[in-house]
Amino acid sequence: MLPIISIRDLGKKYRIRHQSDTPYRTLKEDLAQLPRRIFRGKTDEIVEEYWALKEVSLEIEQGDRVGIIGRNGAGKSTLLKLLSQITEPSKGSIILRGRVASLLEVGTGFHPELTGRENVFLNGAILGMSRGEVKRKFDEIVAFAAIERFLDTPVKRYSSGMYVRLAFAVAAHLESEVLVIDEVLSVGDAEFQKKCLGKVEGVSRQEGRTILFVSHNMNAIQTLCNRAVRLEGGSVARDTTDIRLATHDYLGFGAARFATWRNPAPSSSKLPVVPLGLHLHTNDDQVAPAIVTNDEPLWVVVDIELKALDPALTFGYALHTEDGQLLYCSYQTDCREVDWPRLSKGTLRLKTPLPRRLLNEGNYRLEFMSRFHGRQWLTPPGSGPTMCFSVQGGLCDSPLWQERRPGILAPVLPWYLATVESP
Amino acid sequence: MSLPNGHAEVIIKAGAGDQKYWQDLWRYRELLFILAWREFAVRYKQTAIGVAWAALRPLLTMAVLTLVFSVLAGLPSDGDTPYPLMVFAGMLPWYFFSSALTSASDSLIANASLVSKVYFPRLLVPAATIAVAAVDFGVALGVMLLLMFAFHVLPPIQILAVLPLALLTALLALGPGLALCALNVTYRDFRFVVPFIAQFGMYLCPIGFSSSIVPEQFKLLFELNPMVGIIEGFRWALLGIGAFPARSLAISLLSAVLLIYVGLRFFRHTERTFADVI
Repeated sequence: MLPIISIRDLGKKYRIRHQSDTPYRTLKEDLAQLPRRIFRGKTDEIVEEYWALKEVSLEIEQGDRVGIIGRNGAGKSTLLKLLSQITEPSKGSIILRGRVASLLEVGTGFHPELTGRENVFLNGAILGMSRGEVKRKFDEIVAFAAIERFLDTPVKRYSSGMYVRLAFAVAAHLESEVLVIDEVLSVGDAEFQKKCLGKVEGVSRQEGRTILFVSHNMNAIQTLCNRAVRLEGGSVARDTTDIRLATHDYLGFGAARFATWRNPAPSSSKLPVVPLGLHLHTNDDQVAPAIVTNDEPLWVVVDIELKALDPALTFGYALHTEDGQLLYCSYQTDCREVDWPRLSKGTLRLKTPLPRRLLNEGNYRLEFMSRFHGRQWLTPPGSGPTMCFSVQGGLCDSPLWQERRPGILAPVLPWYLATVESP
Repeated sequence: MSLPNGHAEVIIKAGAGDQKYWQDLWRYRELLFILAWREFAVRYKQTAIGVAWAALRPLLTMAVLTLVFSVLAGLPSDGDTPYPLMVFAGMLPWYFFSSALTSASDSLIANASLVSKVYFPRLLVPAATIAVAAVDFGVALGVMLLLMFAFHVLPPIQILAVLPLALLTALLALGPGLALCALNVTYRDFRFVVPFIAQFGMYLCPIGFSSSIVPEQFKLLFELNPMVGIIEGFRWALLGIGAFPARSLAISLLSAVLLIYVGLRFFRHTERTFADVI
């Protein structure tokens, strides 16, 4: 049988405009450029071409559940947009041999003034369902979203959870051979996420539906998918049925010898706080190897260049497991204000101890984050530079506990004999 | 090629054919009504006076125009037709045209989230806003009939011609509407131009006055404005004013066809970049 999707040499080019302040073209600008264009045949606008996707070739068989992973800007969303026909490729082709339903955003076209019922019909039509189809599935949709009581309430009065549930429910009931899902499940509570993943998996297994799924949540990719495609810089870096392998190299393990990251081009950043480096140091201030033991005292070292002082400036790191689960975040402002490190403009190095014997054996990813507290993210979660390391050995001094224990964490906690007063 | 699962093979590549587009347009026809219905439902949920607005706006304009042109300037009406009726009959197609044009030209920007997140033929978005303008037109037409009743004016037999005339108005708005909404996506400062066009056009049309006061030697020049034929047509159909304006309506029809051709080509040409720039 022919593959349900054949992608051949697919490329998508965007033009980036450097000259103007706004991302949009304005008539004023173009008119101002007109004389120059006529007389010199060119403009002084620098238009840079940027291939968001290049030379991507994939064959996707019916029933495949493909997880598409990659860093921000790797071309995941562009690929999905091309598959959903929202935008046209610049090069190459896609052959679709079935109906594609895509869910790139939860509740596309939902209008806050309209009721839940009205929005189901509206959203269904926008996603390509006929009225009859929506009517047939209406009860099922409402039951799945569990919003029976609020059907005739305008969705602007819905909680965000209800909103997401309803929107996902409509999309999940589309009759299509291919379901394309962007990172939409990250909204909504954990329980509903599970329900959605279950539903998606169900339709895939029972009806042989093909699924293309983009997520940063490696856990979800590992549970749902039987094939993973990792994009890097717009091209396919890995295409494998070994999901673990793909998620592994997505998270950046394996290659590095030292637990360190250095900013390759610090001068190009316009942020008020530029991360210069991220390292794990041993107690004698040497860069730690990429594999550390759990019992050695280690420091997370952050090098930054501070261009402007701001009392709301907060930075720190987030620690993730290799499945992409967040373990914790730590910021330089986590203590009483008088104890905050006193920052000054220029290049700074800050260090904070990595908790000893808290982590389990495994691979970890440490990500730099920064923001103006309460105002805006400078380096939002998921976009910051990362550094990876693994913990192996040194779990405990006990002769009985030698290997990785089940559980995310493996803290070593003291036990005391407490005297109990006999009654 | 048809596949075992009953779907045709779809090929996505740069500059894919027109044929698929028109097929999709047909396949998504239901969406046209849904989008129009959404606009409508939302508008009447948000404003307190709702439908009344569609009637109130032309009524108030009629009162002002009658005051200025008839009472103050002393311009004559056509025969014994009451001046307000003549004004209202001219305003009917003009409001239809101008509101269809302005809302169509704003439509894609207003629906940016749709355009960047789902696929459907984009043509449906401006088309749906014209459908909404048509409903407003229907309300205003009802007001016109009530007014005629109030002024004891009996509609002539050719009143049925109002329907094809309204269709012509919609078509005349569609061409420039498509071009303007595509321009609006590409050039963000273009949206300030459209209200000006709508405002300016009103003075070029015989709305507050009868076209019979235009001197004979300028008549052809005057009729080059495609709305002139339609307005004269409406006055002829509703109030029996003048003869059937064959020449000016032919100009309107020709302009409509020409503008749709140009507007559609431009729209189709820029449509492939909408999702990238919006």
